[in-house]
Amino acid sequence: MSTLTGTRHLVRLILRRDRIVLPLWVLPLAVLPMTYATSFFELFPTAADRAAYAAGTARNPSIVALLGPVYGESVGALTAQRGGFLLVIIALATLLTAVRHTRTEEEAGRHELLAGGVLGRYAALTAALLVTYAASLLLGLLTAAGLVAAGLPTAGSLAYGLGVTLTGVVFATLGGLAAQLTESAGGARGIGIAALGLAFALRLAGDAGRHEWLSWLSPLGWAARVRPYEGERWWVLLLPPAATVALAAVAYPLSVRRDLGAGLLPPRLGPAGAGRALTGPFGLAWRLHRGQLLWWSVGFGLLGLILGGAAKAAGRSVEGNPQLEEILARMGGTTALSEAYLGATLSLAGLAAAGYAVQAALRMRSEEAAGRAEPLLATGTHRSAWLASHLVFALLGPVVVLAVTGFATGLTYGLSVRDVPGELPRLLAAGLAQVPAAWVLAGLAVLLYGLLPRLAPLVWAALAACVLLGQLGPVLRLDQWLLDLSPFTHTPQVLRPAWDATPLWALTVLAVVLAAVGLTGFRRRDLPIG
Amino acid sequence: METPIEVSGLVKTFGRVRALDGLDLTVRPGEVHGFLGPNGSGKSTTIRVLLGLLRADAGAVRLLGGDPWRDAVALHRRLAYVPGDVTLWPNLTGGEVIDLLGRMRGGLDPQRRAELLHDFELDPRKKGRAYSKGNRQKVGLVAALASDVELLILDEPTSGLDPLMEEVFQRWVGRAKRDGRTVLLSSHILAEVEALCDRVTIIRGGRAVESGTLTELRHLHRTAIDAEITGAVDGLGQLPGVHDLRVDGQRVRFDVDTAALDVALRHLTELGVRSLVSQPPTLEELFLRHYEGAAGAGSPAEVTR
Repeated sequence: MSTLTGTRHLVRLILRRDRIVLPLWVLPLAVLPMTYATSFFELFPTAADRAAYAAGTARNPSIVALLGPVYGESVGALTAQRGGFLLVIIALATLLTAVRHTRTEEEAGRHELLAGGVLGRYAALTAALLVTYAASLLLGLLTAAGLVAAGLPTAGSLAYGLGVTLTGVVFATLGGLAAQLTESAGGARGIGIAALGLAFALRLAGDAGRHEWLSWLSPLGWAARVRPYEGERWWVLLLPPAATVALAAVAYPLSVRRDLGAGLLPPRLGPAGAGRALTGPFGLAWRLHRGQLLWWSVGFGLLGLILGGAAKAAGRSVEGNPQLEEILARMGGTTALSEAYLGATLSLAGLAAAGYAVQAALRMRSEEAAGRAEPLLATGTHRSAWLASHLVFALLGPVVVLAVTGFATGLTYGLSVRDVPGELPRLLAAGLAQVPAAWVLAGLAVLLYGLLPRLAPLVWAALAACVLLGQLGPVLRLDQWLLDLSPFTHTPQVLRPAWDATPLWALTVLAVVLAAVGLTGFRRRDLPIG
Repeated sequence: METPIEVSGLVKTFGRVRALDGLDLTVRPGEVHGFLGPNGSGKSTTIRVLLGLLRADAGAVRLLGGDPWRDAVALHRRLAYVPGDVTLWPNLTGGEVIDLLGRMRGGLDPQRRAELLHDFELDPRKKGRAYSKGNRQKVGLVAALASDVELLILDEPTSGLDPLMEEVFQRWVGRAKRDGRTVLLSSHILAEVEALCDRVTIIRGGRAVESGTLTELRHLHRTAIDAEITGAVDGLGQLPGVHDLRVDGQRVRFDVDTAALDVALRHLTELGVRSLVSQPPTLEELFLRHYEGAAGAGSPAEVTR
């Protein structure tokens, strides 16, 4: 039996299982760069406009730190930089996909079922990597095609697309390696995300400071250094395959040296009994949610610090470009562009916080489906209390995350304009104003979970629709009634001098009603999800 | 004392599937009641209705004198449940889960908890993900058996336990019974049922096909007779309750309903018996008859061999 026997079948199994999930991240990530290019063409039609933008914004140290360097003033160069943060998301997506089809399967015991059959030793890892590589390739090609369609040169678009593909490939392989190290999928994800964070920090430090060599050490820095549209340096594209081979050369031997189900790092022992806090559903929910909440808060705090620091420069950069000012104003900001930028940033944070809320609410469903709700509900725990224990995190989690974001943004923005006492409370309030819209999504998740538990994951589609409406709606000039479907459309611009709190109350009431109906449904329905 | 479990005419449908079809089940105070039936016969569905997780479509269900759906929380404080497949939180240790479940039921006996951990040889410091199937079951069993409850509902609790642990389990269920607890034990392990159960109920296709003590159940079934006779076989086949008569020279073999055993034996002695072996139905035969697809539900005339 060859070491790869059965790989083909596993590839088909993964494709079958991921037929929804793969397109769900590949397609939006492929479309976004094209929309960046289109809006740059629209916003900065002349070379002078672009030069002003490049000098004011694109070369601003905070922007460079967040997105990466800009190598020219063409629309292509600006688009390539603008897509810099997408690379992080792509890396995250491929990393998680690789872990999902290796360690998660092994932890769940599903892999054992297959490994007992006719299956080569390397088949599982190879199949997971092949599928993720293929998805990355598809993503890169679609991205390149979109950029060409937007009117950018073919060579540069291909260079950018390949950069995207190879970034995905490196981090998929990293995920495959992380999966060999721990027994738990959660641990493998943690290691992978920590490595991704390190890569991001290296690139950030290298691009922001005077030590560019740091960025050369980071796989996240390579795609930009191909310099798409600005005299492509094709040889840089040799770096990611070399890194991939190196990572795989560690992952493959590890995958056969360890036992099935075991990790390389030994599992640690824990307490022999429950502490005083672990007495009921709320104590348990705290244990299940606290790690996520902590990491979200830390991540958003850091992002807030960076974005707040960049706001002043972002405001100055577009002064004298009436078209951009008009568009930004239409996007819901004020004519004070720093504040428009901050408003846009915080509404993005609001969407992300809604993502936290949705995953916290759907935790109930995964607990139920895994059979972990049943023994709890067979004790003296009321169904409502169990649901409430998770709902607390879906509701208060966004408050914490957005308060941290608003606080951090306000702190660095306040420092940059030398008015911390004035700006900090304003931005904290502007961050918290995003909460009710996020609650509506949490309420929708509870509603679906209570009434139609099988369909509950569809709430992710609702969130995706809100993201698309919010980000593309104003650019595409969609009808207002369509935009109004998204709760985020109704969040008032707190940074404007006069704003109305009524929508916040309305959204809160809506969220409460949705959750209450969901709770009623949950109390009446059969358990567990059959 | 109230009847811990009283179910009559219970119906539960899932879409077009009729999972429970008029089920009757009575569990008396202080008894260990075996709940048997092939896979998919409705045992777990019944238990989930008893736990108020599923709502009954029709029929009467009383649990510890209350309505399992309406009074779920109050009733759950008086019972402990172990599912057939205990799943744990990957980041919580076994000890934490035992304490959590115990506290949510209203506390557990620390002395018994320690004894159980010792007897079941369970390391409570391991994280949930590190336990094998058998060890996960032990976590559920320790949490349930250490609780001070009136009723234990155990749904194939010993799946994955090794024979040594099976013995520990039986010892602890025996102790629970001596302490006056009532046990509903769903099981496929006949030795376990025979050792522990005072009465059993066998269900098939969502319906109870037999219920009673093991002795009573044996009575409903046939004894196999293998005899050598001196005279000619005469009239044996016409006797009521005699089935599958096979004659091989002087040797006769047949099955006889327990009720007709006396008449058949009299007849045999009239024919002159040189040797006789009678074999009561084994538990295994008794159950297999109900598990086999072709066997009719409950009517002795349709026995297939």
